[in-house]
Amino acid sequence: MSTLIKVDQVSKLYRATSRAGGFTPALRKVSFELPPGEVISLIGESGSGKTTIGKILLRLAQPTSGTVTFGGKDITKYSQRGLREYYRHVQGVFQDPFSSYNPIYRADRVFELVRGSYFSGIKDKEWHAKIEAALDAVAINPGDVLGKYPHQLSGGQQQRLLIARALLLDVKVLVADEIISMLDASTRVDVLNLLVDLKRKGLAILFITHDLSLGNYVSDRTIILRHGAIVEMGATDKIFGNPQHDYTRMLLSAVPELHKKWQHSPLGPVAVASNGHVAVAEKIDTGPNGPVASALAQASMLDEVTHAEQVVKRDLRAVFGGTRAVASGRSQVSVALEPPPLREFEPDHLVADPE
Amino acid sequence: MSVSVENLSVAYRSHRGDVTAVDGVSFALADGEIMGLAGESGSGKSTLGNALIYLDPRMKATGGTVTVDGRALPISDTRAMRPLRMTEVSLVPQYAMSALTPTRKIGKLITDLLRSHHVPDRQTVMTELKRRLELIGLREDVLDKYSFELSGGMRQRVTIIMSTLLNPSLLIADEVTSALDVSSQRAVGEMLLEFRDRGYIKSAITITHDLSILAQIADSIAIMYAGRLAERAATETIVNEPLHPYTQALIASLPEVGVRHDQVTLTGIPGRPPSLVNPPAGCRFRDRCPFAFDKCTQTPPFEEIKPGHSVACWKVSDSHAAVAGRAGQEQTV
Repeated sequence: MSTLIKVDQVSKLYRATSRAGGFTPALRKVSFELPPGEVISLIGESGSGKTTIGKILLRLAQPTSGTVTFGGKDITKYSQRGLREYYRHVQGVFQDPFSSYNPIYRADRVFELVRGSYFSGIKDKEWHAKIEAALDAVAINPGDVLGKYPHQLSGGQQQRLLIARALLLDVKVLVADEIISMLDASTRVDVLNLLVDLKRKGLAILFITHDLSLGNYVSDRTIILRHGAIVEMGATDKIFGNPQHDYTRMLLSAVPELHKKWQHSPLGPVAVASNGHVAVAEKIDTGPNGPVASALAQASMLDEVTHAEQVVKRDLRAVFGGTRAVASGRSQVSVALEPPPLREFEPDHLVADPE
Repeated sequence: MSVSVENLSVAYRSHRGDVTAVDGVSFALADGEIMGLAGESGSGKSTLGNALIYLDPRMKATGGTVTVDGRALPISDTRAMRPLRMTEVSLVPQYAMSALTPTRKIGKLITDLLRSHHVPDRQTVMTELKRRLELIGLREDVLDKYSFELSGGMRQRVTIIMSTLLNPSLLIADEVTSALDVSSQRAVGEMLLEFRDRGYIKSAITITHDLSILAQIADSIAIMYAGRLAERAATETIVNEPLHPYTQALIASLPEVGVRHDQVTLTGIPGRPPSLVNPPAGCRFRDRCPFAFDKCTQTPPFEEIKPGHSVACWKVSDSHAAVAGRAGQEQTV
């Protein structure tokens, strides 16, 4: 399969808001490819840079360094007209359907906006046929949504309407940024199944989420992000079936599952810190207080991990050191901000070294 | 029973008449019980939680009683409720992440709170506060920080600490884990369990739309649909042997880790809940229910069909009555 979108060594630095200045790295040399007919889920905690990747693909943000190519062309170089053509093929849907619409206009106005900028010459009849085909593809009855105001539609209908809007164009890539996290469980699955359908028709989808079970359900390949760097990447069943990185294991151990209670040992993230912690955990587990103390130990250890992560972040800022030099270069900065190297664990399964 | 809610109805005033968001809900909580309250958006779960602590001017209780530790809770009387808030009933609000004012340091916020509740021995409470901060792995210096200096998970934990500082009998936790990452979700969930085990809270109602979180922390689960309770049972029963068709559909629509679309195709629930302005008579799930039959045009009673397992569904109570009837006949024979 030909590669549709290629993200190559992309880094993005955001200026830190603190008075001390400096830069926060949102992405550190991220590389991956998105072929047609594939769903890649991008999983990470808040602040891991997953939304930044989506923004860069949609040209809502420019990478600090690195290139993104679409069909061989560098997307950062598009001019106004080229960008419009690009948006004909690459579209995004975002988290909050309730704020994606203008509440004082009817919901189907989103279609009219598309018509205005892309199909100005089209006849009414043709246009209505196009809309019906798009609504049909997202399994919505046109009578249910056309002419309605956003508050009259359910969240699932609103999200599907936005996907239909993308389908009006000759869309090849869909960036779906947390599109179902605000929906009820009963309508979530319908939107997920819709994505799977579209994928079978050849659409490439970047599915951004922090929910591991949802990501696992829809995706062919998975990328786990942490602090803007890829820690594990590969076929979804390999990553979820045989996670290699401690961070992935920690995330998986914290996922609430219906039929399985949280396990208190062995602890994934402890190995990251040092050997001493493991010993402590074992002592508590066998201690007189039993599960209570071990629950507490787990909670505080998770906290310790987050604390450790904050330290890492601060160290990264120190790497930038003389912030002014970086600031003057503005976009073309190639700072030696090395993410941990990825190694091949098995075919189609890359794992980063511990950081 | 430390908490008992009898036939509670809460309505919102609106131009088109009252909207009954909570309609004749009854349940009881034992000491030390964490009950999960789940349902779709608009099912009235947050309204129920809020009604137990503060009825804002749009809301009014149109019937029912609430008893906490043997004393009736005067939920319609805002003034009489004031001394009971935080001490008897306490709330961790929805969007607790943005519930902390950005203009006050956390420590100052807490002392203000204690002063306005006329807590006599503030020094002792502050010592206890520091002990609890240490317990949940926050350092004492968070008291000298502004809320925006803390991460989402830390803010959520600080709000829970504040809500439980005066050891309330009943804690209402509204969507406390929804906006968090999986690792923080876990920490907050286990913190609630820990607080219950240590007796900081006697019992709790956890409101969420995420059943898998409830499976981790709740002792029992109540499922709410369009203002009424659909099913209530112990967590294991709800997860493994749900009886109400709505609960069954809800559980069937959850993807589990390890399930891929090419192995299992999950299905959602078609349609959407009825409007509560003029709700249809009879069972409110009728239009979306695959098992609906003639009798469903009457309102099904919320009845206990097994010890600790209550369901509001004609199909279930009929089949159960048939089983019970047969058993009764055998006995008489």
